[in-house]
Amino acid sequence: MNKPNKVLILGSGALKIGEAGEFDYSGSQALKALKEEGIRTILINPNIATVQTSDDIADDVYFLPVTPYFVEEVIKKEQPDGILVAFGGQTALNCAVALYRGGVFEKYNVRVLGTPVQSIIDTEDRDIFKEKLDQIGVLTARSEAVTTMEGALAAAERIGFPIIVRAAFALGGLGSGFANNMDELRTLAQKAFSTSDQILVEESLKGWKEVEYEVVRDAFDNCITVCNMENFDPIGIHTGESIVVAPSQTLSNREYHKLRSIGIQTIRHLGIVGECNIQYALDPHSEEYRVIEVNARLSRSSALASKATGYPLAFVAAKLSLGYSLAELKNSVTQTTSAFFEPSLDYLVVKLPRWDLGKFSGVQREIGSAMKSVGEVMAIGKTFEEAVQKGLRMLDTGRRGFVANKPEPIDLTKLDTLLSEPNEERIFAINEAFQAGYDVERVYELTRIDRWFLQRLYGIYQLGQQLAEKRRQGGLDALETDLLRQAKKMGFSDQQLAVQLLGSAEVKANEMLVRARRKALGVVPVVKQIDTLAAEFPAQTNYLYLTYHGTENDLEPETDKSVVVLGSGVYRIGSSVEFDWCGVNAAQTVNEEGYKSIIINYNPETVSTDYDVSDRLYFEELSYERVMDILDFETPQGVILSTGGQIPNNIATRLEAAGAPILGTAAARIDEAENRHKFSSILDELGIAQPRWSELTTMEAIYGFVKEVGFPVLIRPSYVLSGAAMNVVSNVPELEEYLKLAVDVSAEYPVVVSQFIQDAKEIELDAVADQGEIVSYAISEHVEFAGVHSGDATMYYPPQRVYVGTVRKLKVIAEKIARRFQISGPFNIQFLEKNREIRVIECNLRASRSFPFVSKVSGHNLIKKATKVLLGQHVERDASELVYDLPFVGVKASQFSFTRLQGADPVLRVDMTSTGEVGCLGDTAEEALLKSLLSVGYRIPEKTVLISSGPLTSKVALLESAQVLVQKGYTLYATHGTHSFYAENGVPSTLVYWPDELQEPNALTYLRERKIDLVINIPKNTTKGELDNDYKIRRTAVDFNIPLITNARLAKAFIHAFTTLKLEDLSIKSWKEFKAM
Amino acid sequence: MNQTVKLVLEDGTEIEGQSFGAFTSAAGEVVFSTAMTGYPENLTDPSFAGQILVLTYPMVGNYGVPGEELYESISKIFESDKIHIAGLVVNYYSEEHSHWNAAKSLGDWLAEYNIPGIFGVDTRMLTKKLREKGAMLGKIVAEQDVPLHDPNLENLVAQVSPQGVQHYGTGQHKIVLVDCGTKTNIIRCFLERDVELIRVPWDYDFTTLDYDGLFLSNGPGDPKMCEATIQNLQKALQQDKPIFGICLGSQLMGLAAGGDTFKLKYGHRSHNQPVKLTGTQRCYITSQNHGFAVDTATLPAEWDMLFENLNDGTCEGIKHASKPFFSTQFHPEAAGGPQDTEFLFDDFLKAVAAYKAGR
Repeated sequence: MNKPNKVLILGSGALKIGEAGEFDYSGSQALKALKEEGIRTILINPNIATVQTSDDIADDVYFLPVTPYFVEEVIKKEQPDGILVAFGGQTALNCAVALYRGGVFEKYNVRVLGTPVQSIIDTEDRDIFKEKLDQIGVLTARSEAVTTMEGALAAAERIGFPIIVRAAFALGGLGSGFANNMDELRTLAQKAFSTSDQILVEESLKGWKEVEYEVVRDAFDNCITVCNMENFDPIGIHTGESIVVAPSQTLSNREYHKLRSIGIQTIRHLGIVGECNIQYALDPHSEEYRVIEVNARLSRSSALASKATGYPLAFVAAKLSLGYSLAELKNSVTQTTSAFFEPSLDYLVVKLPRWDLGKFSGVQREIGSAMKSVGEVMAIGKTFEEAVQKGLRMLDTGRRGFVANKPEPIDLTKLDTLLSEPNEERIFAINEAFQAGYDVERVYELTRIDRWFLQRLYGIYQLGQQLAEKRRQGGLDALETDLLRQAKKMGFSDQQLAVQLLGSAEVKANEMLVRARRKALGVVPVVKQIDTLAAEFPAQTNYLYLTYHGTENDLEPETDKSVVVLGSGVYRIGSSVEFDWCGVNAAQTVNEEGYKSIIINYNPETVSTDYDVSDRLYFEELSYERVMDILDFETPQGVILSTGGQIPNNIATRLEAAGAPILGTAAARIDEAENRHKFSSILDELGIAQPRWSELTTMEAIYGFVKEVGFPVLIRPSYVLSGAAMNVVSNVPELEEYLKLAVDVSAEYPVVVSQFIQDAKEIELDAVADQGEIVSYAISEHVEFAGVHSGDATMYYPPQRVYVGTVRKLKVIAEKIARRFQISGPFNIQFLEKNREIRVIECNLRASRSFPFVSKVSGHNLIKKATKVLLGQHVERDASELVYDLPFVGVKASQFSFTRLQGADPVLRVDMTSTGEVGCLGDTAEEALLKSLLSVGYRIPEKTVLISSGPLTSKVALLESAQVLVQKGYTLYATHGTHSFYAENGVPSTLVYWPDELQEPNALTYLRERKIDLVINIPKNTTKGELDNDYKIRRTAVDFNIPLITNARLAKAFIHAFTTLKLEDLSIKSWKEFKAM
Repeated sequence: MNQTVKLVLEDGTEIEGQSFGAFTSAAGEVVFSTAMTGYPENLTDPSFAGQILVLTYPMVGNYGVPGEELYESISKIFESDKIHIAGLVVNYYSEEHSHWNAAKSLGDWLAEYNIPGIFGVDTRMLTKKLREKGAMLGKIVAEQDVPLHDPNLENLVAQVSPQGVQHYGTGQHKIVLVDCGTKTNIIRCFLERDVELIRVPWDYDFTTLDYDGLFLSNGPGDPKMCEATIQNLQKALQQDKPIFGICLGSQLMGLAAGGDTFKLKYGHRSHNQPVKLTGTQRCYITSQNHGFAVDTATLPAEWDMLFENLNDGTCEGIKHASKPFFSTQFHPEAAGGPQDTEFLFDDFLKAVAAYKAGR
């Protein structure tokens, strides 16, 4: 096969539920593999926060939507001779299938490298897939593909309930679910049909084991399985929602190899070249199996398998797509043995999903066949016990492990339901069940989780009890070395030991006692290497983890000067790929400055956890305990905390107290910025304005404060049961309604109430300072007014409507703050501006979410500069002042995943709910905005817009936009208030009734019948009935995949953009072309 | 708490651990296997006779041990009628097990055959030692110490080979299986394929028998101990009847052809060994368990290397240039391990059919 000269790679766009950081990893690896071959690479990916869209990874990047239109335009312009479509998740795959069907590849003579598109179609179309497998006698679940509701009902009749419904061509199991009867089926099918023309009605295999294999095949028909994985949860829960172990733990050799052989047979038959994933259901009572699906592309599972084994699947898949045979490639860990082999693990990994369902109001908490989790962690250990407890801590949800967590009252009446109906808390319910006296058998009956896993968990529970027993016998002093060692081998953290032995008060102080005692007894972990061959051959890479199952370290501490970079841990709403970019850039700069880099991180969806990014990778917890274990071993010259988001910042004070060589801003200053009281009084000292706020412990005090500052106010209770953690309220009933959600208002659980300034502009400053002096900064402006979380807001860089005078004032404030906090390294300040008055609302003495965006658009890599500062290098003040001279505009827009979160209210609020972001460039603000909104799933409406324009201010604000829409020939549908308002102002619109009016034409009917192309629904703060109506409109729009905007400012900007620009007007310009302007 | 035992190596290393299986002492050659599944198959593989087996996979015993089932008087489940290893070394033993076909725990099963196990050992450290220093002698010591003992000095094949001749199945091809310690799955593979099998002891003069094809089984220890087999084999090589050898059988074929064998530093014991069919791009993942190999350089001119190990370049099988004689160092019968090369049994029987057709 001739090697191509120029290859286009499709990225996966913004992070969303079901499609997250794993595709940054796979795309980056593919680009690396192609670059090595001297092939010119062009990447299309609007996700500006990724590593793959950094300088020098691809030869050029288009920050454009990964949609057939834009990809064809890029092909037309770039004339590549090859394209890679398997590295950008389902987004890239769907786009490729559409282009293939449209004859685009043929038209422009572009060769699809790797798996042929036809094979992809064969795996994606359920009917063809089943037929293909039937041809070779491989079993699939009994199922029927249908395209109509009647067909679905008839199929269910034939197959029998319970059944599972799946949508074809859907990412992360979107539109899937179980139905036990015709009614449930009808509801599910209707939704599934809204995302796909074809749905599948299938026999339910509930209770069967779920097992996956990652299969690699080259063009010479050589085929291997790199890793198998077993789901802890039985089938019925999407693998992205399951706790997963690798390799399988409860499969016999016969089962393991039976499924392996079937996998190889299937993948050969399908003709896949590169990498794919095959999922099975395996009967727990026999060797019966069913193939569930094949993903003919890199996937979340393949990223996990790569990290689990050390086998660089994406890299190898890219090489295979160029025509290499597996035998020609080397095992990149040993660098001597062949890439044609199957890794042998001498450890196991446990992957756990992280949910953020608590961030959403109204969302259904059950988990099932559709994905809801927003991130995942991978824990490595020698035993399941060790790994699973590590993993539960890595999730960063405040849990200390399987046991010794904050006591939560057990509602015994709900326990059985919590066990039998999968939910995000199920694993903790298992512990509660043990406490309540359930045995393994009873838990098995309820959960159908294999007894082996339950036995392991029961062992942890029992040891926890044994430790608690020691507390009665004298606590720490009564603890024998053997028992301590056993506990550590079972994954107990020092904190867990502290709780069990010394009680749940003063845990952090007691943790230090446990640590001291443990070290005195010589109970310390050993460093082990992941080498793909279970020590059969020496490894040349330093992919490391710590375990208590061992007596010997695999390597010596780093002897050269080294710097540790702490990663950002689990992706969650508010912290994801942007911090991975920061960490990777920090590590690269550490190397460039002549130090060895050591990364600590545990997120399998990241590039920072590729073992060739740093000199040493510790795939480990970012807890105080584990970081100190590593620092004790490595004794590096420095530790960088400020590029990893909030997790590293949280342990700054303790690390510094323990003598860790933290680089940059002092931990005490970080604490001053993070402690609301300290920060506030410092701002007062500096004469910097801030919105008024108070921390209050009684309802009377709250009323008193509100009387002083007036409504609306922002309230943040310490602890809420469900829904958003903070909210803006405009009147007393709302205040009381919201505080009902708070468990308690008391001295222990105070409520923070802040003055909320309406219609204020929000401006952010990302900067780097060196010993208190700013050396580089970037200012960006939110499209939305304050009140939308900065992580959800749409941002312009450079700012478009900020006065020069305001910028000057911001800078003065930032300089004061930098000096006062003696900042060295990255920081971020958020400002409010109204009537030229500037207030500071937040300051983070670390890199912020927008660092990659402003760094890439401005051309000043703030992380590189920050890292140099941290390493004590002199950094020249740059020309940040000239940002207004930038000849183009960048717009960052947020990606929401409400479609996947059944029931969640899709509205922008003060609490963040977006799962990802994009950043696009344009010659004008409108162009950049339109490109970025199209990148996060908006479509330019064809004919119709439904408007409920909310309170009077937003009605007024949107009036002009409505007029423009009408001028442009759009039909407006409006609910009562908006309809009358438009009538009064001479804007023609058609009245549609509110959902609860039960009268036609009803908004819901129009949405369900897809008579509406765009919904603008601005929420009001009024009666409950209207809130419900608004909610129903928003939710239905999301459920039927109709673009929805809930912010007047964004709506206005979007309407302005698509009424002044047509799709064809959007420039197809690469990043390099923009930079050259 | 389990009783304490220790593992002692010939280089003086002493590792303390906990006992499972039989609480007794045993000596042997310490070798490691990186297979992640298949302990019931491994432990009953006669090729492991005399060896203390270290498993690199850290959690062992998870799915227990299945109950025995027989088919034509041979086991359907295990690779022979007993445990052949001398001792078992693991990082962590999972006392509780869970599997639909488990009849007992691994510990109970070991105890039944009076085989000691030790867990709580840093098996990675031990494996690296064996990798660097080569396979060594060692012992698991419970109460009574035992002397170190080199199983390679004994004729292990004679110990594991059956006493008499046995007949299995009916079929159009009459195959003689020279049993130097065969895995039962080899027998199963033949019986699934229209074969009448005559299983003979290692030193049996099969040249006196009427047969269509000859099969040389796997087995333990140094191939050079099997002088009788080699002599019989030399006679067979003079004829044209197809011959297929696996593992030890491959080494015996090499020796009978006039080549030499040597001991590998630490052997190949795993389910992930990559081999390449010489002169092609075709590769297979194979199951292996051997400490010796054919030295390709010493093979006479009419013999070629058939498969090559992609990791270390060692010989993974040989073939005769013109006659239907071939062998694999790996295990096409798998059990445990990957089943990708089972087609070699078909290839062999095709050669047998061709031979019969041409006769």
